[in-house]
Order: sequence, then structure tokens, then C-alpha cells
Amino acid sequence: MISETWALTVREVKKWVREPILLFMMIIQPVIWLGLFGKAFNLTGLIQLPPNLPPQFREMINQMLRSTFGGTTDYFTYMAAGMICVIVLFTAMFSGMSLVWDRRFGFLNKLLAAPIPRGSIILAKINSSVMRGMFQAILVLGIAMGLGLKVGDAFGPLDVLGILAALALLSLGLSSMFVAITIRIKRQETLMATVNLLNLPLMFASSALFPITQMPDWLQTIARLNPISYGCNTVRAFILHSSEGLDLSSLTFNFEVLIAFALIFSLAGIFFADRGLRKG
Amino acid sequence: MSMVETQNLTKAFGKLVAVDHVSFDVKEGEMFGFLGPNGAGKTTTINMLTTLLKPTDGTARINGFDVVKDANKVRSIIGLVPQDLTIDDDLSGMENMMLQSKLYHVPEAEARRRIEEVLRLVDLWNDAKRKVETYSGGMRKRLELAEGLIHYPKLLFLDEPTLGLDVQTRTLMWDYIRKLKEEQKMTVFLTTHYMEEADALCDRIAIIDHGQIKALDSPRALKDRLGGDVIELSLSEHSADITKAILTLPLVREVKNYGDVYRIKVLRGEEALPSLLENIMKMNLKVVRVSLTKPTLDQVYLEIAGRSLREHEGSKEEAMRMRRNMMRMRT
Repeated sequence: MISETWALTVREVKKWVREPILLFMMIIQPVIWLGLFGKAFNLTGLIQLPPNLPPQFREMINQMLRSTFGGTTDYFTYMAAGMICVIVLFTAMFSGMSLVWDRRFGFLNKLLAAPIPRGSIILAKINSSVMRGMFQAILVLGIAMGLGLKVGDAFGPLDVLGILAALALLSLGLSSMFVAITIRIKRQETLMATVNLLNLPLMFASSALFPITQMPDWLQTIARLNPISYGCNTVRAFILHSSEGLDLSSLTFNFEVLIAFALIFSLAGIFFADRGLRKG
Repeated sequence: MSMVETQNLTKAFGKLVAVDHVSFDVKEGEMFGFLGPNGAGKTTTINMLTTLLKPTDGTARINGFDVVKDANKVRSIIGLVPQDLTIDDDLSGMENMMLQSKLYHVPEAEARRRIEEVLRLVDLWNDAKRKVETYSGGMRKRLELAEGLIHYPKLLFLDEPTLGLDVQTRTLMWDYIRKLKEEQKMTVFLTTHYMEEADALCDRIAIIDHGQIKALDSPRALKDRLGGDVIELSLSEHSADITKAILTLPLVREVKNYGDVYRIKVLRGEEALPSLLENIMKMNLKVVRVSLTKPTLDQVYLEIAGRSLREHEGSKEEAMRMRRNMMRMRT
């Protein structure tokens, strides 16, 4: 299982690493996203504090902003943490695309006729999608820092590791979910329609771009079920790691949700691979 | 022991019965062909034999292993060269081969040796480092064939091995396939809708139409069913006595006389012709003109299925796939 999965993962990775345009787009896309959403929708900037405001009022308003925006007064910082997760979502969405192509071109048949576990075909797709998602997420983090992301005063290498762990789990779960959706889909049009139906709700009904507490109740319920919220909250907590320390209990809870999400969907993907991939 | 053994093998897609209670055997070392028009059930049969599809009814065994219960054992002893071009364009020929060898668990050092061997067999060794994107249609098909050979399968499935290739490349493919049979003693199961191909390559042919086997025999025997070859003779003189005399000669089955032309049905035309001419000369007759016509499998098909193989039109999907393959070949 491991050697076949690895051989197939290498194939997937070679395919996108060798495409210079694809790599270029992967770098340019996050810059555009950060620029458009982060700088144009500057929500915290809407509250313009008059310069002669007494310091205690100023501190009070900032305190309100901090509690709403997860510990920062800067919307760009808030949103960049969310954007890192959205990028992971967008990469995962297309993990199924290559499966549809493989099916259409008959490559999948060749794999199915080979003496390999069906799960390895699915795992390879998931693997390469996770690798790609992580690569892009790290890039976005770097670019966001260049564009003015304000990290907490205690931010260090351990926080970066924490961010990577959270993103890996989120990406594993999302990629598995989209590959599982694609297992039975035979046309790229169907997949595009499905993906388009899911992407915006998943992005907006989460804490990626907008604080959950400011949403209407029904939307809050959805956002709290959305795994992307947990990814965003975790990444944000690490980025804003201040000298006051991390909120360990909420971090643990977030990680538990992410681990459960990743496990359930990746196992389901592998489990359904045998029945689902077969034709007819 | 038979390499392939099927009993009442059946596959239905809803109401459409694509393969209808088909039973046949393929012997070890044999080159066995499925001949029939598009949509006759050839690829569906291959898909069941290669474990890609589960039969609706009936059984199939490959080298004694059941295609449903022992699917993985079957997979490890068969090679499949599918109808579609399934090679990864973004990888080089060598990388495609390495991937294939890993999927079939060939150890790396052994794989390198075998890749050179099979790529030389199909004359692609010098192009191995190039991206497949740059290959011609014929080269892709050859690489596909090489991939099917990497794990030294006992049984090789070739689904329409020369579909969409030009005549020259087709003959070249035939040579490679013959070489396989002679050098590797491999059992080959191929499907085709080209008469010439079945005739040139196969030891035995099953003619399949509407999911059923209509006839199964060697190409020679199938053609003999039509009553054998036809020799036409123009002689310097003609009489009823000559007709009678010719009828007594060996291998002759039927003689008809139209003016000075004798239309003679014989078994095994190549052998019958020399002895026929010899005997006629002994009768002191002068042969003005002679021709030998051999029946084609096309005629056999006409006789068996009641219509010509070439009249069939493929489905829309078939046409789409053909076009897609053509497009890939041209780039």
C-alpha cells in the first residue's frame, strides 16, 4: 500500500511542479486574494477613532475589537490567517479534478487493472493535494507577513509548527472530502458545479473572513459545524501568540475537531474507494 | 490447462445485455481474437476478464483464478493494453515505465533491466527520456504495449491494438505482437474490428455480435466454411467431359462452366492450384488465364452475421472517444 501510494503521489507532484505557469499562478493568486480581501474589506478601519479621543476610550474600543476579531485590532492580520485556510480549501477542491481526468482518459482503468489496493489510488490524490495545499499556505503566510501581517509578540518557530499541523489536518480532511465526492463523478462539468456550490458557502460560513459572533444565529450554527472555522481559529491563535500565552483549552478542542474531521473523511475515502472507483 | 475459461459470462447494463452468456476457452500460448463491430461486447468482455467489471452472471477464470473472488491474483498475472491512450503525457517514457513497474511490484534494479528490454523490443529505447507529449500516435501505442509487458504477464490483453493507426504503423505493431508470441510464448487475447488484423495474428477467432459468440474457429477453418477458395481457369477448349474430369481431381469440390471459363471451388487453394494445372496439362489442354480468389473473413462475417462488418456505425460515445484519441495522437 505505501510503496504504490508513494509512486502515484510522485506522479501527481511531478505533474504540477513541472508546469511553471501553474507554479506562477499558485504564487500570484494568494497575493491577489490578500490584496483584494485584506486591504479592500478593511472592516476594523471602518471605525475611525478621532485623534483627540481620551486614551481610556481608545483602549475600550480596541478591547472590543480584539474580543470580536480573535485578539487583533488589525483586520488584515485577522483575514490573512483565514485566507491561509481558504487557500487550503481551494487547493483541496481541485484534488478531485485529476481523478475525473484520469477516469476520462482511461488512466484510472489501467490503475484498476493493476494489483494494487484501490485505497492507494485515493490516498495518492489526497497526499498530493495536501502537499500542494501546505506549499501554498506557507507561501501565503510568507507573503502576508511581507504585506504587513502583525504577529503576536511571543510568536516563534513552535507556532509555525502548530500552524502547519493544523493546516495539514484541515487539508487532509478537505481533500479527502472532495476526493470522496469525486469518486463517482464521471464528468468535469458535474464536478465543477458541485465544487462551485460548496466553495463560497464553506468560505463565508466560517470564521475565515468575518467573526462568527457577529453573524445571525442560524449562520453561527453552520459556521460552528464548518471545519474551516476550527482551522482558522487555530492558525489565528498561533499567529497572535502574545506574551499572555496561548489559550490551551480552546486550542486542544480545535485540534480534536480537526483530527476527527481528517480521520473520518480520509478513512471514508479509502473505504469507499473499492466500491466507488469500479466502473458500471 | 486453459489460460482463460468462461462459462455463461454475462454483463447487463440495465436492460441492455452487452455480453450474453458467452462461454469459451483460450489455451496457453494461444493468440486468441475477438472479432466484431463496435458495440458488440468486446471491450465489456475484456473489462470483465481484467476485473474492471463484475459479471452479472456466469464465471470467468484466468489461469484457474476466479476474476471476482481472486481479483488481485488475476491482476498480477495479466497485462492490459487498453483501447484508449492512457499514458501520462506529462511524464517521460521512462517515468511512465518506472511508475508501471512500481504498480506491479517489480524490484527497482530488475525494473531498469526489463524497461530497457521491452523498450528495445518496441524500438523506443532511444526516445525513453523524452516527454510523452512529443510522441507520435504510433509511439504512444508502442509505449502502451511496453507498459503491458513490464511484469512479464502470462496473459496479455490487447484491446483494439491498432485502432486509429495508419497502415504502415499497423503492420509494424503486428510485427511486435508476433514477436511477443514467438519469443515470450505469451498468451494473447486481442479484440479488433479489423478483419485483416484478426486474420494476420490470431490462431483462433471468435466472431461476436450483439454480445453472443456466433462462430469460433481458426481463420482458415472459418473461411473453409464458405466452401473454400475459388480458382478461375480459361482454357483453350471447353466441353462437359472436361468439367467432369476436373471434378475428379483432388481437393476440388465444385466446378461451374461459363463459356471457356471454369469456376472451380477448392479446399486450400495454394495446394490445389499446382496439381490442377499439372493435371489439365496432362489432358493436353492449354491454360489461357488463371486466378485464385481466397475468401476473406469479411465474407465469413457476412455469412454468419447476415451483414457486412463495415456497415456498422459506432455509437455517439464511440465516435467521441475515437475523436479524442485521434486528437491526442496528432499532437
